[in-house]
Amino acid sequence: MTLRDIILSLPSPLPVTVRLIRATYAMTVTPRVARTSRAMTMGGLALLALPVQAHALTAYVSNERDNTISVIDLDAMKTVKTIEVGQRPRGIALTPDGKFLLVCASDDDTVQMIDVATLQIVGELPSGGDPETFALGKSGNPLFVSNENDEMVTVIDVPTRKVLAKIPTGVEPEGIAVSPDGKIVVNTSETTNMAHFIDVATHQVVAQVLVDSRPRIAEFKHDGSELWVSSELGGTVSTIDPVKHVVRKKIHFEIQGLRAEAIQPVGIRFTKDDTTAFVALGPANRVAVVNAKTDEVEKYLLVGQRVWQMAFTPDEKYLLVTNGLSNDVSVIDVASRKVIKSIQVGRLPWGVVVSAQ
Amino acid sequence: MLSVRNGISRRGVIGTLLAGALAAPHARADVAPLRIGYIRTMVRHPMISLLDQPTPDAGLAGAKLALDDTNTTGAAVGQTFELIDVPVRKGADLPAALDKLVGQGVRFVMTDLPVEGVLTLADAARAHGITLINLAAPDDSLRQQDCRGNLIHVAPTRSMLADALAQYLVWKKWTRWLLIVGSYPQDQLLAEAYRRSAKRFGAKIVQEKVSADTGGSRQTDSGVVQTQQQMPVLTQGAPDYDVLIAADENEVFAGYLPFRTWDARPVAGSAGLEPVTWDASSESWGGTQLQNRFVRLFNRRMMPLDMQAWTGIRMIGEAATRSGSTDPERLIAYIKSPDFGIAAYKGQLLTLRDWDLQLRQPILLSDGRTVVSISPQPGFLHQVTELDTLGVDRPETKCKLQ
Repeated sequence: MTLRDIILSLPSPLPVTVRLIRATYAMTVTPRVARTSRAMTMGGLALLALPVQAHALTAYVSNERDNTISVIDLDAMKTVKTIEVGQRPRGIALTPDGKFLLVCASDDDTVQMIDVATLQIVGELPSGGDPETFALGKSGNPLFVSNENDEMVTVIDVPTRKVLAKIPTGVEPEGIAVSPDGKIVVNTSETTNMAHFIDVATHQVVAQVLVDSRPRIAEFKHDGSELWVSSELGGTVSTIDPVKHVVRKKIHFEIQGLRAEAIQPVGIRFTKDDTTAFVALGPANRVAVVNAKTDEVEKYLLVGQRVWQMAFTPDEKYLLVTNGLSNDVSVIDVASRKVIKSIQVGRLPWGVVVSAQ
Repeated sequence: MLSVRNGISRRGVIGTLLAGALAAPHARADVAPLRIGYIRTMVRHPMISLLDQPTPDAGLAGAKLALDDTNTTGAAVGQTFELIDVPVRKGADLPAALDKLVGQGVRFVMTDLPVEGVLTLADAARAHGITLINLAAPDDSLRQQDCRGNLIHVAPTRSMLADALAQYLVWKKWTRWLLIVGSYPQDQLLAEAYRRSAKRFGAKIVQEKVSADTGGSRQTDSGVVQTQQQMPVLTQGAPDYDVLIAADENEVFAGYLPFRTWDARPVAGSAGLEPVTWDASSESWGGTQLQNRFVRLFNRRMMPLDMQAWTGIRMIGEAATRSGSTDPERLIAYIKSPDFGIAAYKGQLLTLRDWDLQLRQPILLSDGRTVVSISPQPGFLHQVTELDTLGVDRPETKCKLQ
């Protein structure tokens, strides 16, 4: 499939930019495309180099129920394409070079690689059974996958697609986070209720920290000074000293008119300067804005139903959050701390990632 | 030790139980394992469906899985747990069985016994400082006039089960009920629970009928020909109703009701839409993982009793993890404290009612193939927790814990 075929095969009701690109391509299909496109970008027409990334920013959302990925054009703020993938897609990530989208197809026991340029599935990684979510090493390799059924973390060498190690952790491994220096990977286990610290070099568990019930997501601050772990049933976020391996503080959430049981923290994201954290509160249908210096909750933002995962746009202007039960993505304006838009996606949206291109 | 923990843990624990040995694979010289007794009846009433035939490890399998899950956490913090399985036959000397467990250093005993057995043991256990965890007896009396300070209940009461079903039926606006009651004393208690639920939530029992057990076996070759004739007759001539509720704890007739009623009406209660603590199809809140672990180990599906036993063991394990101790006194204090909560694939922590030591829990409504709904239903509000809209609430309790 050539670049031109892809462009011409795009569905018809397209955002203006893409329609313009179609027109451009119909006229000038030459090997000098790249140069032309750069010139045109300067001239105000965005992103010609790779047609399917013709959007200034593109978000990809895994729809657990639909077995699809929704592709969102963040200029138009709407879903522009839906990709069929394997069964029960959940964890989703981009390789650091932005070329491939990795998706856990949990019920197919595999991680699928999607070429971002063509949106075609181009390969699979041997993830082990029931992969739920994963994280890439700092260089984009290896891939650490939590195998929810097998009480393991599988380590995969991405280029060779070979399993490097299977590391036993706790019962029902869930969240995975790689430390900013790339030396430690943390895995949470939902029934053992711990954050397991794994030495990336030796593949050994070097420390385990007990947190509140059903830990879901682990997330390091960008400066590596702290690890946060959300406990879905405990209703708290534990802030953990990643050197001493102790819980420093537990962040609690209170929302007027909501029962404590409905507040179930899952997704965590820090702004690049580590001053602010956003915590998705599941069936509380809210995202908490937390001062990451003082650990105080500053605001609750009302989003869609059962909010779990989140992703910033690369410029941190927006935070996208997936609302599993209302089948949409809420767009939060980070600076004003306001929900500005809701974008319809597939059924049971789970994970979200935003392409920098 | 960490690198091989899982594989060894699984095989080790099961092997230990089968051999009846007491040494656990993780036992450290310096930390004594916490031993949990499990006294369970081997008397099971016959079931209507061939698919539901009793299995010898009903409940026990759930306990084994929980022990394994708990030992995985325990290995990380230097705690080990063991299960001592005590199967008993009809008329067994329960206090003697308890004495034997006392001799093995046991301070927690889970029971899968009918109400009389639980009471006998609770009173015998008191002298030994033993805490019982009632896994199976649904009798409200055990949480009311016969409650005991050393008796914790994982099994939901009949009133909790009835309330869970009633809330859903009222939400559906199926508020006119035809109640058919079996002839056993337990069926009368269950019928009473449905009467109470109807009154609480605004439903009306338009008529009650009794279906007596006239003996005989449940399944018979070509029995289907007769039940096709009998069930329409049993349900004929009722005033107009929305749903038929069967109170039949001994599986005498309820299983024959769906699709055989005189009027075209759904069946609920002891057949059709059933209130249960667990269903092999439950996949919410990580349930799929539990189901998979269970099937992988035991080659069968996880039943409600398995879930109740799993929960009982996990309560002890969770208390040990959180309190950082396996000292029975500290564990009991923690379980009874407001800090205690146990995750059991129900979407929220299950906590203990301090007035009768009953575990609060959502109740699944299952049609045997899927989870139709989970109670409490939206809109049934409560000033403390919606879970207390199920069963006997604090202001109504007759329990005086001692």
